[in-house]
Amino acid sequence: MPLSTSSNFTKPDDAFRAIVEAHRGLSDAESADLDAALVLVLANHIGDIEVLRQAIELAKQRMLDGQQQQQQQQ
Amino acid sequence: MSQSKIQYGYRRHADQDRPAATPAEHAVVVVGAGPIGLSLAIDLAQRGHKVVLLDDADRIGEGSRAICFSKRALEYWDRLGVADRMVDKGVVWSVGRIFHGASELYQFNLLPEEGHKRPAFINLQQYYAEAYLVDRVAQLPEIDLRWRNKVTALDRRNDRVTLTIDTPEGPYQLHAQYVIACDGARSSLRQMVGAEFSGQVFEDQFLIADVKMTAAFPTERWFWFDPPFHAGRSALLHKQPDDVWRIDLQLRPDADPEIEKKPENVRPRIARMLGHEKFDFEWISLYKFQCRRMDRFVHGRVIFAGDAAHQVSPFGARGANSGLEDAENIAWKLDRVLRGTSPEGLLASYHIERSAAADENIRESTRATDFMAPTTQQEARLRKAVLSLARETEFGKRMVNGGRLSVPSVYDTPLSTPDADRWNGGPRPGASMPDAPVADHTGNPMFLTEAFIRKGMHFTLLTFGNGKDVDAPEGVGTIRVGGENGMIDAAGLAGKRYDAEPGATYLLRPDGYVAARFRQPSRAAIDAALARASGLI
Repeated sequence: MPLSTSSNFTKPDDAFRAIVEAHRGLSDAESADLDAALVLVLANHIGDIEVLRQAIELAKQRMLDGQQQQQQQQ
Repeated sequence: MSQSKIQYGYRRHADQDRPAATPAEHAVVVVGAGPIGLSLAIDLAQRGHKVVLLDDADRIGEGSRAICFSKRALEYWDRLGVADRMVDKGVVWSVGRIFHGASELYQFNLLPEEGHKRPAFINLQQYYAEAYLVDRVAQLPEIDLRWRNKVTALDRRNDRVTLTIDTPEGPYQLHAQYVIACDGARSSLRQMVGAEFSGQVFEDQFLIADVKMTAAFPTERWFWFDPPFHAGRSALLHKQPDDVWRIDLQLRPDADPEIEKKPENVRPRIARMLGHEKFDFEWISLYKFQCRRMDRFVHGRVIFAGDAAHQVSPFGARGANSGLEDAENIAWKLDRVLRGTSPEGLLASYHIERSAAADENIRESTRATDFMAPTTQQEARLRKAVLSLARETEFGKRMVNGGRLSVPSVYDTPLSTPDADRWNGGPRPGASMPDAPVADHTGNPMFLTEAFIRKGMHFTLLTFGNGKDVDAPEGVGTIRVGGENGMIDAAGLAGKRYDAEPGATYLLRPDGYVAARFRQPSRAAIDAALARASGLI
């Protein structure tokens, strides 16, 4: 099964909000710790190394694209 | 110290008296009388070959070094007639425990089932293993073991290799058809063939101490992340024979080796770990390591095995054990090539099979080392997350990597015949034969691995059930489980472990790996699989 990028939540705002709120009041270091644990929990839930690799690739590509855009704007 | 520094004597050999123009001719010269070279020489000798075994020292090395010997290594040593002694002396174990801080995260059992002749692991000081192998060598007149014979030059030709050897009485030369270099991580033969040996260097230093004490720890492998007695680093505890305990402590990358090694500096660390001072040091060593391998293990007539060919981090017991797997892999191939029953091309499969195994061992041990010593802040963060998740979740426990212990590789190899039938278990072609308890037709209990040894450790058919006799090619032995005069599989474990229904037949290679398997074999199919596994097609 390939990585799903269609919208899977009935209320995507709830999901986004839940993650944002989990980070509320945390320092950057604490936030990074939380993200690390969260990524591992979710990765295990997916339980499919191919899907995980596709997810990593997508996230990394967007991150690199974002960096490029920022540099062009400067 | 009971270091048992056994001393062996240099003796002049008649080869040294020959005129320089006509050096003695030998079929096989093995360089390096460590566990790998000794085992290989024994294997070749048992297969009927004369072997010259050279070593530049004249005694067994200090320290316990490679202490963990795997089930596969013991099964190999069984075939060499030395395993009983190793197991009798060694400390048998199969359970490992992983701790984080003061509390246990999880435990694992490396051999949770019954019905195997050999345990998952024994711990045995390398000097005992080597001494027992040397004793076995002494029983085999085919082996000519020459101490203080140091190879100083190699001249490689298409049809032979000329070795120049230095001795206390000066140099001499030998001609060899094949040279097997088992001369360790700092292999001088590797340098002589000009081979690259690059890989990943790890900055973290580890301190090994062999500590003599009586203690009530169970015979298990204990591994700590961030233990209370050694904050922020990792530690490993293992039991060895003679009330000697191996302790590995990870040090900071910037620790000064000379200072750290001093007993007065090691003592407080160990005392913190044990909670008392009632111990003595047998051996203290400090090491850094690299994970690397040669690009090619076969350089014409010079073939590399063990640490000379590949090096791994020590976490996983993949050093000596993989070297022994190298030895069992090359021995039968070289035997056939020397006899002319297989073409020289068969030796290429040694590189294919064992370099892939080295890659796997490097991958596994690198991952373990990276987990123990994260190199970036984010890596450390992810590790911290795994360790904290491991307290409550099963997946977290499984992600904690305190070393994944050596298991035999499964070969993807041109020698295997791919399955044509449906199998729902059992060893696939390229896997090593699983052991199982059986009895001979008179009811004497034994193991399948023993039945394989009795058939002479050549190509062997293992066949199940009441069907008609398998039509075995000449020179191929048959182990029959079930049926009239067959072995008795009372517990049904052999059948289960080989996914066997009546007629199921495995073709085993001389190293006990599966070459092919058939639900209902035809003679033509067996012949074809045998030819393929022999390197004839």
